[in-house]
Amino acid sequence: MTGGSPWHRLNPLTKLVVATATAVGAVVLGGIAGPVLLVAAAVLLPAAIAGVLGQLVRLSLLLSLPIAISAVLINVFFFPGGQTVLLHLGPITATAEGLAFALEILVRILAISGAITLFYLTTRPAELVVDLERRGVSPRVAFVANASVQTVPAMVERAGQITAAQRARGLDTEGSLARRLRGIVPIVGPVILGAIGEVEERTMALEARGFTRPGRRTLLWWPADSGAQRLARWLIALAVPLLVLGRAAGWLEWLP
Amino acid sequence: MLALDAVTYRYAGARRAALREVSLELRDGEVLGIVGASEAGKTTLALVASGLAPRAIGGTLRGRLLLDGDDVAALPMHEVAAQVGIGFQNPATQLSGVTESVFEEVAFGPMNLGVPRDDVIARTWDALTALRVETLAERDPARLSGGQQQLVAIAGLLALRPRHLVLDEPTAQLDPAGTRLVAEALARLAADGASICVVEQKTDLLAGLANRIAVIDAGRIAFEGPAAEVLADPRIADLGITPPAPVRLARAAAAAALPAEPAARLADAIQGVIA
Repeated sequence: MTGGSPWHRLNPLTKLVVATATAVGAVVLGGIAGPVLLVAAAVLLPAAIAGVLGQLVRLSLLLSLPIAISAVLINVFFFPGGQTVLLHLGPITATAEGLAFALEILVRILAISGAITLFYLTTRPAELVVDLERRGVSPRVAFVANASVQTVPAMVERAGQITAAQRARGLDTEGSLARRLRGIVPIVGPVILGAIGEVEERTMALEARGFTRPGRRTLLWWPADSGAQRLARWLIALAVPLLVLGRAAGWLEWLP
Repeated sequence: MLALDAVTYRYAGARRAALREVSLELRDGEVLGIVGASEAGKTTLALVASGLAPRAIGGTLRGRLLLDGDDVAALPMHEVAAQVGIGFQNPATQLSGVTESVFEEVAFGPMNLGVPRDDVIARTWDALTALRVETLAERDPARLSGGQQQLVAIAGLLALRPRHLVLDEPTAQLDPAGTRLVAEALARLAADGASICVVEQKTDLLAGLANRIAVIDAGRIAFEGPAAEVLADPRIADLGITPPAPVRLARAAAAAALPAEPAARLADAIQGVIA
């Protein structure tokens, strides 16, 4: 997440707009060539500039593979109206039409996961939250968004501590699947109950630090922005409805 | 001056009041210790004195919380927070959980209050310096030790520049090193004229810190007075409070008919070591 590349230095809202437009654009464009070109230009090229290409490929594949595999299998073997038979596997049949549609779905899934992963790899959550707050988003909304992200590592750490404590008391969390599943309950319970138990004191501590004061908070810093980025954001944001319009009007039929 | 005037407080859904007819004063520049057995009402007293009860946690309050003679019942919590800071036992729950550095964590309160940016920065450095934790400014608050987190939490309160500080067992979850860090910081704040109300089980800590001590029992103030007198009062042991080590030593020496003078010198030496 830390890095000094030109892509890292972009305003987080710019990166968010690019990620959103890429995901929406890939869905709207349809076909294969359009989303592939979009991914190359808006995901792979920036990832290479940011020096996170390897990480991006690994993470986005991890993120999308479970959905992608099930989507491909369902469409290849159960595509309604598929005529061109590729192979028979017992009672089910793979069709060319199903395969083509599965590839379209696969490209869209990869485009969406790639766009999200690139944003995640090159943007600190705090930067985005501060930037949104500077633009008038309620401090409470910003806090909830930031706390949600920051809570994950804390919960993971707490789960690690509780796992170690439970194992020290004889809990078996290794071995067969059934044994592992049995080991989850004594860990998840204390993690969740502990977190809930802290909520009241945490809420009071926030109250005691003036969090409920109405109005805007003072910000110590905020991410840099520029006129060029503002213009780019508007152009990208305008391109998305144009793409939807173009798709609806049939102007994009030439794309394979 | 912060004062509780005949305060009776009952938690929502509770049948009995947790505090009954409590009247207490925290004078400017004074360190007031609150001691009592478990369930005596110490934490409730801290919540009421800071204005959090009943505002933040509900319940019913009879009596008044006064700041310089004015009832604060009508003030919103953020205005009370600017005048009375409260710290809790668990350092981890006092941190906002959304900041990436100690500096931002300490600045969180003044930022919430809309204090101008330059003032926020000045207040934050002042608070960090007052507790001698300025070297932690760049560190991730979540990665600090318990003692350091407690100091950061207290620094976060100081940055609000409250006139009064209420601390509920600030060393309860700390190891001896963490306890020493917090005790030294509180002693410095007290020496600088802060008025602090410390709810604390560790009477050794209070012996070296408090000017005055109030003993709470079953939701009522049993008695109060100068710290040395209260901590030497035989009644505190009857109320489930362990007297400080020098007092216990003096009693043991008296019981063993040892000469009073050497025992007193030893007690002083022990107090010096503890402090």
